[in-house]
Amino acid sequence: MSAAERAGVVPVAAGEAVITARGIRVRRDAREILAEIDLDVRAGEVLALVGPNGAGKSTLLSVLSGDLKPNDGTVELLGRPVGAYRALELARRRAVLTQANAVSFPFRVIEIVQMGRSPWLRTAELAEDQLAVMTAIEVTDITHLLGRRFTSLSGGEQARVSLARVLAQTTPIVFLDEPTASLDLRHQEEIMRLARHLAADGRAVVVVVHDLSLAGAYADRIALLDHGRLDAVGTPLGVMTADRVGRVYGLEVQIHRLGASDRPIVLPLRD
Amino acid sequence: MTPRIRAIALVLLLAGVLVGGIVLSAITGQLPITPTEVAGSLLRAIGIDTSWAPTDPIVESTLWVVRFPRIVMALVVGAALAVAGAVMQAIFGNPLAEPGVVGVSSGAALGAATAIVLGASVLGGVGVALFAFIGALVATLLVYGVARAGGRTEVVTLLLTGIAVNAIAQAGIAFVLFVADTSSREQIVFWQLGSLGGTLWPQVLVVAVVTIAGVMLAFTLARPYDLLALGERNARHLGVNVERLRLGSIVLVALLTGVAVAFTGIIAFVGLVVPHIIRMVIGPAHRGLILASAVGGGALLVLADLLTRTLVAGAELPIGMLTSLVGGPFFFWLLYRQRRRSGGWA
Repeated sequence: MSAAERAGVVPVAAGEAVITARGIRVRRDAREILAEIDLDVRAGEVLALVGPNGAGKSTLLSVLSGDLKPNDGTVELLGRPVGAYRALELARRRAVLTQANAVSFPFRVIEIVQMGRSPWLRTAELAEDQLAVMTAIEVTDITHLLGRRFTSLSGGEQARVSLARVLAQTTPIVFLDEPTASLDLRHQEEIMRLARHLAADGRAVVVVVHDLSLAGAYADRIALLDHGRLDAVGTPLGVMTADRVGRVYGLEVQIHRLGASDRPIVLPLRD
Repeated sequence: MTPRIRAIALVLLLAGVLVGGIVLSAITGQLPITPTEVAGSLLRAIGIDTSWAPTDPIVESTLWVVRFPRIVMALVVGAALAVAGAVMQAIFGNPLAEPGVVGVSSGAALGAATAIVLGASVLGGVGVALFAFIGALVATLLVYGVARAGGRTEVVTLLLTGIAVNAIAQAGIAFVLFVADTSSREQIVFWQLGSLGGTLWPQVLVVAVVTIAGVMLAFTLARPYDLLALGERNARHLGVNVERLRLGSIVLVALLTGVAVAFTGIIAFVGLVVPHIIRMVIGPAHRGLILASAVGGGALLVLADLLTRTLVAGAELPIGMLTSLVGGPFFFWLLYRQRRRSGGWA
């Protein structure tokens, strides 16, 4: 029996909703950040949240992950209102990679990754802990950094170590807030491929990305936000039309497809 | 050296320094006492009679009435202050947070001075300690409420808040001195200098009980403190009840600082220097840090107290002055380093 089963985290079949958000509205200082949002997140899919700066992507991610209580609306996570969970119960069901990942004291990289196991303290076998940590280290390509101090790493390295910590948490739901922001081309691709692997493994992955082509290449579904409202949700090809992207971003774009691929590539119109 | 071996080596070293300091403190003074007499007296106290035991009742009473309570007090006060510093740094997410620097010690001192003037000292040590705890708690809450943003504290905000809290508390102490009668005034002034002289066993008991409980509590919270280094939001994502941890830790810091200050006055920088050096040797993981800080803080104050008694023949220096003399420059160096690393005030 795995730690998750012992802790009562029930597995969900691929395609079933793990998060159901209805009528989400978030106001801050009389300004509407999010409004009228209905969204499902399903097991076994990569759902990309995209939209211009300030559209409310990170806020929506906070609401879905239980960090932020919306002014109106409900969020159910694995069958229970997200606010009804204790912090530890939630930590066994969803992991979050935040944008800022500063560490106050010079911990070693291996210690940081091991921190991801702390929700499973006293439920997991040692072997299970080690396997989760080793796997997370391998897939994020940070083996060579293990002995270093986190505070001495470059931004991109810190991002990958933080991601490894999130993966070591081995939760059925994974939130990634701009995981590719400070990464080079190769690591960007690898992180998105990794998200796909997690989804193939039956997990639900919600990822905020800025690069529309990257979202188009790896997401099962895309949710396009515009001024706090969901403009469209659906397959990459369905959501990313030149008209819609042009209108939301206020920039003329063209959509390309390589051969018969259903993965759109978004390019701005340039002279 | 692997981190584990370094940790063990450090603990052994600190324990050696501690034992050496204790023995030196016990044998040094106006009445010279041999190490064997100290050992014999201690053995007799636990029921083992040896030929080492001192026959002179003056030696016996010097040890048990004057020197031992003082040594134990130095030990527990040092442990309390060092652990209070480590806990404070954990919840502020800043290695420069320290009870003395940010004004928690001054808050405790104001509380203790008020207790002396109001006559709460007739309740014995407990009354002064209680008032000191309340003063420390108010100061900690104030600093915590004002200086933090998003789970971290910028150095400049922390220090400015500390200046403000220190100023308010010092004004309060000045007012208390102003309204106090002559004997209370004398008592406060003397106590404010910071001294372990004249320590009584009942006082030691109060400080020791609170310190042992506090260090044990801090030790059980070591793992959440580690996670807190990732930032409050990430700690919460990993299952830490941040609000409860924060509140509990504030009370813990106030308790440890309060009892330490209540009987010995303000002894600054122990909570800064000790955890910092230990972090440099064994790394920032709080399990080892808290334990080693307790031992290291104890060892440091036992040695410092010995120095205050021996540096100037026939006189006793205030111990608070001595720790500030060493801690002040150390603080400068830390500030300088942090400034250079982050390219300015960060």
